[in-house]
Amino acid sequence: MLELAIKGNKTYWTWIVALLGVIGAGFIFYLWQLQFGLGITGMSRDVSWGFYIANFTYLVGVAAGGVMVVLPYYLHDYKAYGRVTILGEFLAIAALIMCLLFIIVDLGQPMRGFNVLIYPTLNSVLFYDAMVLNGYLLINLIVGWNVLEAERNGVHYQKWLKPIIYLSIPFAVSIHTVTAFLYCGLPGRGFWLTAILAPRFLSSAFAAGPALLVLLCLFIRNTTKFDPGKEQIQSLGKTVAYAICINVFFFLCEVFVAFYSNIPEHMDHIKYLFVGLHGHGAMVPWMWSSMALMVIGIILTVNPVTRRNETTLAVACAVIIAGTWIDKALGMIAGGFVPNPLHEVNEYAPTFPEIVITIGVYAIGALVLTVLYKMAVGVKEEVEQG
Amino acid sequence: MERSRREFLKIAGASAAIGLGARPVIEAVAAATGHQAAPEAQVAHHPEALKATRWGMVVDTRKIESAEQIEKMVEACHQEHNVPMLEEERHRIKWIWETHFHNAFPSQSTDRVSEHLEHILLPVMCNHCENPPCVRACPTKATFKRESDGIVMMDFHRCIGCRFCMAACPYGSRSFNFRDPQPFIKEVNLKYPRRMKGVVEKCNFCEERLALGQMPACVEASKGAIVFGDLTDPDSEVRHVLRENFTIRRKQNLGTEPCVYYIV
Repeated sequence: MLELAIKGNKTYWTWIVALLGVIGAGFIFYLWQLQFGLGITGMSRDVSWGFYIANFTYLVGVAAGGVMVVLPYYLHDYKAYGRVTILGEFLAIAALIMCLLFIIVDLGQPMRGFNVLIYPTLNSVLFYDAMVLNGYLLINLIVGWNVLEAERNGVHYQKWLKPIIYLSIPFAVSIHTVTAFLYCGLPGRGFWLTAILAPRFLSSAFAAGPALLVLLCLFIRNTTKFDPGKEQIQSLGKTVAYAICINVFFFLCEVFVAFYSNIPEHMDHIKYLFVGLHGHGAMVPWMWSSMALMVIGIILTVNPVTRRNETTLAVACAVIIAGTWIDKALGMIAGGFVPNPLHEVNEYAPTFPEIVITIGVYAIGALVLTVLYKMAVGVKEEVEQG
Repeated sequence: MERSRREFLKIAGASAAIGLGARPVIEAVAAATGHQAAPEAQVAHHPEALKATRWGMVVDTRKIESAEQIEKMVEACHQEHNVPMLEEERHRIKWIWETHFHNAFPSQSTDRVSEHLEHILLPVMCNHCENPPCVRACPTKATFKRESDGIVMMDFHRCIGCRFCMAACPYGSRSFNFRDPQPFIKEVNLKYPRRMKGVVEKCNFCEERLALGQMPACVEASKGAIVFGDLTDPDSEVRHVLRENFTIRRKQNLGTEPCVYYIV
């Protein structure tokens, strides 16, 4: 099926070449990082994870969000999603590849990465995270590829795929749960030390993943002969509406617990994010923007008039993607590490090389997604034209 | 003629080199298959090595009079362990450093702390916890608790630099080599390894000194402000000091069971 991805018009190839250019730039900066060390980033002794792990966390959510089309189709036999499940699965593949790349660019000694497999350590959450992320990637590759090929050949997909498809549903939940456990099992970090962190991650994932899918569906409709469908986009919109409401609700639960209990270790991180602490408030404008964006997203997706209008729905999805990204990527890392265990405030901001490397990883994800979607849309067009 | 002779010599030389190189391999295989008794790897033990079941430390802040006193401890430690002095604050490596009471004990500090505590600084370092969260987090066992004496140690050659241990440590005791530390080491101590960029490091209770029968560098430099010994031995000096004084530990409520105690 890959041959479908090498047949494209001029715009397609321009896009591919542009992505390769961005990837090249990111790679050059990565070589610099390899040579110098992680000192070229803005990370420090106190904020020891930064932009890479932040984006990793966010993209695990996008990958898990794909399950919001797989589950209704395969478990509830919601036929309409038959047209878009492949888009959800392929989005998960691209997101997972970015996740794994973000982990690799974050390692101080990437050439020793295989030590995780050579010395499997069952008490480390990172070991399980590596297992479930790679497992979910493999499942989506197997399922996505085979189901699409069966569709192309006009036959039903192989019977043995069914259990793997069912397995993909708990796996999607597991990748984000285990990723939340990386954070919430650490004793000294009041901001992360909350049993609701995994549910929070999942709710923001189920908002951000489907929101991105809505935008991709609209893009596909406007640029190809394949229409993912009005009903499908509307259903995704409802999923986004519920998930973003739950996400904001969960956040307010956190605020209540921290401030009504009045325990400093839990309050100080939220204070740092929203009002600043000891005169440091780099995150304040970001966090309020995030809240505003998510609230706008709620208004636009919950209100049936603005949800049904695809233009306002697209705006809603874009603001939800931005809002959840600030909340989960930037806020989660900055809020967790500031103040530090000695209650000192040392802020973090990514550096230029760090941002270029990050954009490079996103470009690799975009390239993978482009190729996979080109294939998927190509097959759909073939099938529909008969 | 000339040419072929040279070629012959080349081939002969190469064969000899391969032959020589292969010899230890052949011997090793022979030994492994039982043709010859394999020599067991042995670690030599110093006759005066200090041993304990659980090493621990008591910092007597009453005996700390000035910042210079702590600086001497820091200097002794950092010199012993080839800790670099980096210009940029955010890249600094710290095994032991000085801090205020309210930073070392954020939940125990009050607005009305004793005058002595208000004015002095305390030395802080790895607590060598009984239940170390860093060891729990490490995905490669590069950081581990030594079973024989409870010291939380690092294998600098196994660490992949994921920094999960740094997020896990509730005391901020771990540092990461954000760049090559070697140009920033003032005087190299050849008795202790230097690190490369991209790995985590921290205090090791001077396990390399204990193995030679010496007390940790900070203890020696502390002029009696730090007592070090076996926490499981009721007759040890640390136990004696712990019996005689009221002591506190950092973030006691987290269940990590630090082995560094403070008299305040």
